[in-house]
Amino acid sequence: MQLETVDRIIQQHHADKTALIAMLQDVQSEFTYLPQEALVYLSRTIEVPLSRAYSLATFYRAFSLKPKGRYSIAVCMGTACHVKAAVKILEKFERLLHIKTGQTTPDLNFGLEEVRCLGCCGLAPVVTVGPDLYGKVMLPKVDQIVKQYQKQGARDAKT
Amino acid sequence: MPHRMHLMVCAGTGCVANRSPEVRDALVTEIAKRGLENEIQVVTTGCNGFCGAGPLMVVQPDGIFYQQLSPKDVPHLVEEHFLKGRPVQKLMYVPPETRTPLPKMMDIPFFSRQRLIALRNRGLIDPERIEEYIARDGYAALAKALSQMTPQQILEEVKISGLRGRGGAGFPTGAKWEHVLKAEGEPKYVICNGDEGDPGAFMDRSIVESDPHSVIEGMLIGARAIGARWGVVYIRNEYPLAVQRLMIALEQAREYGLLGDNILDTGFDFDISVSRGAGAFVCGEATALVSAVEGRPGEPRARPPRLAQHGLWGKPTCLNNVETWADVPPIINNGGAWYAQIGTEKSKGTKVFSLVGKINNTGLVEVPMGITLREIIYDIGGGVPGGKKFKAVQTGGPSGGCIPNELIDLPIDFESLAEAGSMMGSGGMVIMDEDTCMVDVARYFLAFTQDESCGKCAPCREGTQLMLDILTRITDGHGTMEDLDALEEVAKVVAETSLCGLGTSAPNPVLTTMRYFRDEYLAHIGAHKCPAHVCRQLNTYRIDPAICVERGHGCGVCRRECPEKAIFGEKNQAHRVDATLCNKCGTCVDVCHFNAVIVE
Amino acid sequence: MPKLKLEDLAEVREKARKATSLREGAARVKMTVHMGTCGIAAGARKIVEAALREVEQGDLRDVMVTTSGCAGLCSREPMATVEVVGEAPVKYVDLTEAKVKAIFKEHILGGKIVEQYALAIGSERAY
Ligand SMILES: Cc1cc2nc3c(=O)[nH]c(=O)nc-3n(C[C@H](O)[C@H](O)[C@H](O)COP(=O)(O)O)c2cc1C
Ligand code: FES
Repeated sequence: MQLETVDRIIQQHHADKTALIAMLQDVQSEFTYLPQEALVYLSRTIEVPLSRAYSLATFYRAFSLKPKGRYSIAVCMGTACHVKAAVKILEKFERLLHIKTGQTTPDLNFGLEEVRCLGCCGLAPVVTVGPDLYGKVMLPKVDQIVKQYQKQGARDAKT
Repeated sequence: MPHRMHLMVCAGTGCVANRSPEVRDALVTEIAKRGLENEIQVVTTGCNGFCGAGPLMVVQPDGIFYQQLSPKDVPHLVEEHFLKGRPVQKLMYVPPETRTPLPKMMDIPFFSRQRLIALRNRGLIDPERIEEYIARDGYAALAKALSQMTPQQILEEVKISGLRGRGGAGFPTGAKWEHVLKAEGEPKYVICNGDEGDPGAFMDRSIVESDPHSVIEGMLIGARAIGARWGVVYIRNEYPLAVQRLMIALEQAREYGLLGDNILDTGFDFDISVSRGAGAFVCGEATALVSAVEGRPGEPRARPPRLAQHGLWGKPTCLNNVETWADVPPIINNGGAWYAQIGTEKSKGTKVFSLVGKINNTGLVEVPMGITLREIIYDIGGGVPGGKKFKAVQTGGPSGGCIPNELIDLPIDFESLAEAGSMMGSGGMVIMDEDTCMVDVARYFLAFTQDESCGKCAPCREGTQLMLDILTRITDGHGTMEDLDALEEVAKVVAETSLCGLGTSAPNPVLTTMRYFRDEYLAHIGAHKCPAHVCRQLNTYRIDPAICVERGHGCGVCRRECPEKAIFGEKNQAHRVDATLCNKCGTCVDVCHFNAVIVE
Repeated sequence: MPKLKLEDLAEVREKARKATSLREGAARVKMTVHMGTCGIAAGARKIVEAALREVEQGDLRDVMVTTSGCAGLCSREPMATVEVVGEAPVKYVDLTEAKVKAIFKEHILGGKIVEQYALAIGSERAY
């Protein structure tokens, strides 16, 4: 656990207590979750009660207390995607990855979650994998997406 | 899977005389050669009436009309249109009176019916270059407001314009500003609400992405009017591109001296910081948003006191939506009276709607208030795809309701939408067709609000759960008539007693669907049937043995894909679903290329 | 960047207008690729890259490739607008890299609108 990273984040926000949410966002994006150590360290350094950090970490959907997968797959369940049968897309991911929504594969490669409207409803149903966005996703496309990232994961693991 | 395309080759007498059977045969051969026979079906039809231009062919679902085909056109046509998706212009039928193959933008109803105020610069400027905004009269309104107008005069113009908030409730913007101006306490703040939580709405994202300076300029003018020195833009973290472009825009505005101290050398000081949301729908509610900006969990509080008296850090605060802010500069430039002449009696100006769901032209449209739903859905949206029947349009997101086909001539403004039981909301319009189940839609929204309820007040926390349970019972086929009464009862209590808008409006999707689509509820309860075949627990699946064998040769894709291994059969033989194993997921329907799975 | 004063704003506006209007600038053709979230998701980045490649390969010094936000019609993304000096802008929809190539060859260099990829000519009305 690199506390220097947390230190850097704190400095970027000038150790300003009111920027706690922004700091947590940065920690989350660095580590894919909020490690306990980081939370403890952060709250001590900027002198806010740990309970405050914890209450934010559990209130907001963007935060996770458990590690997320290297590739975090998010299936949009917004209204436009819902009426275009997004639930079937989600279920297909569940079947292919052998996990339920909200879980991470044991090898920490994939996390699967549902999100509410990514604001590209014109392309419904929409799926994102990390920063990549896929629109008009049909069932066969789901196989392709999973295969593509499995390959990429294997490649990354080698290098 | 059904065929994705149908080629309707005319076999009327005229076309047959023009050798249409040869064209049909050539099509069948070419399609088979490219292995598209499972995707594209060739159908022969009766006379189309345009016998002079035969042989004719209509491509569905695109509705493209080809004329004077000859067998030698076929390979090119198949390659270009059916494989690559580019219709072949030179073979198309051009109606004689409109002999221009390329329309003008203003001939296309999608564009011509729109009137762009908030979206005035869309697609025209590079959002990352402030100079391009300035070139299109950007910051001219600010210059005017700072040099030629008193804060009171700015306020007057906004009042005259009749502008009402675009973020939901439609509160008159001028009146809101006046409250803040008159409130005691220093400093004062302005906030831009860019949380945009309504699923199905994305106008705020688009405005910030394509024209961030319009929002900044609006906030500057507002700040001048109410006497604020600081502003905050609260923006969803799910919109990375919008955040990035906003940051660039703020930096460039600072460099030009349009933000910071002594703006345009007039002695006016103002700057803006950005607060990123962390994913909670309720944070779009004004008091919850303020709480989130202060670094706390985004829970709403009871009002009064209003934000105008007790807002950010306890100071007078003026909070408006992204689109509201973007409307301000043109109002100042052209005068309030100019804006007020657009729209209806009580709803002035234009509103941006996002047109999504079962509609041909999905996208963002900005139209004058008072336009009818019919114009939006048919003239602009191009109607429902696939020849399906329009059933309802959902407006206002989880706080809104479903408006049925009977009300298609309803003029869109704040009042008439509210009368119909829905609301304007942020402007999301999700179009639903005959394949959408309205009970499922109600359940979907309740699941949403139940999940997003912050849990602070009991009516919302418990009431949404209760309503969700009942709706789930109904969609699972276990509902009773008493459930319907209970649903209505709970809905009333939640609407009347919840702390914030999330709870008070949560029953709207339920109440409107019960009001306009009661028959669908009754079908679920009485006949245990979902008329749209969406509620899967009420469906049964079987495979038509004839289609499976003759068309699909027992291909077995359903057997392989079935997650419950509930489908049995051998290659070249009819497959069947074992109802005792089937979990009714419907995967077989989606994967079958031959439409052999029948849902009942 | 010097801080602007009130009287400078008009000057910046004039300068920026000249720079963005084809008639005054050095460019003969401007291609604007619409890059909102939808456009990017539909592949607009590839379109920009393809356009820049064409410019580079052909050493086309009088063609300007720029980006802009969403044009509103999400179902037809990726979209781009091609404006040749003295002519009405043309909106192209459902773009692919191959189509960009064709548009460069036939429209931008050849002066003939590629009608089968075009949606319309002209522009929208603001206000
Ligand atoms: C649950 C809930 C969610 C809301 N979400 C948003 C939102 O995402 N964006 C927004 O501008 N307003 C939202 N509002 C409305 C705001 O509370 C507020 O009325 C609005 O931003 C005021 O700006 P306006 O007057 O310019 O519309 C929401 C309200 C409620 C009750
Ligand atoms: S509903 Fe899925 S992107 Fe909006």
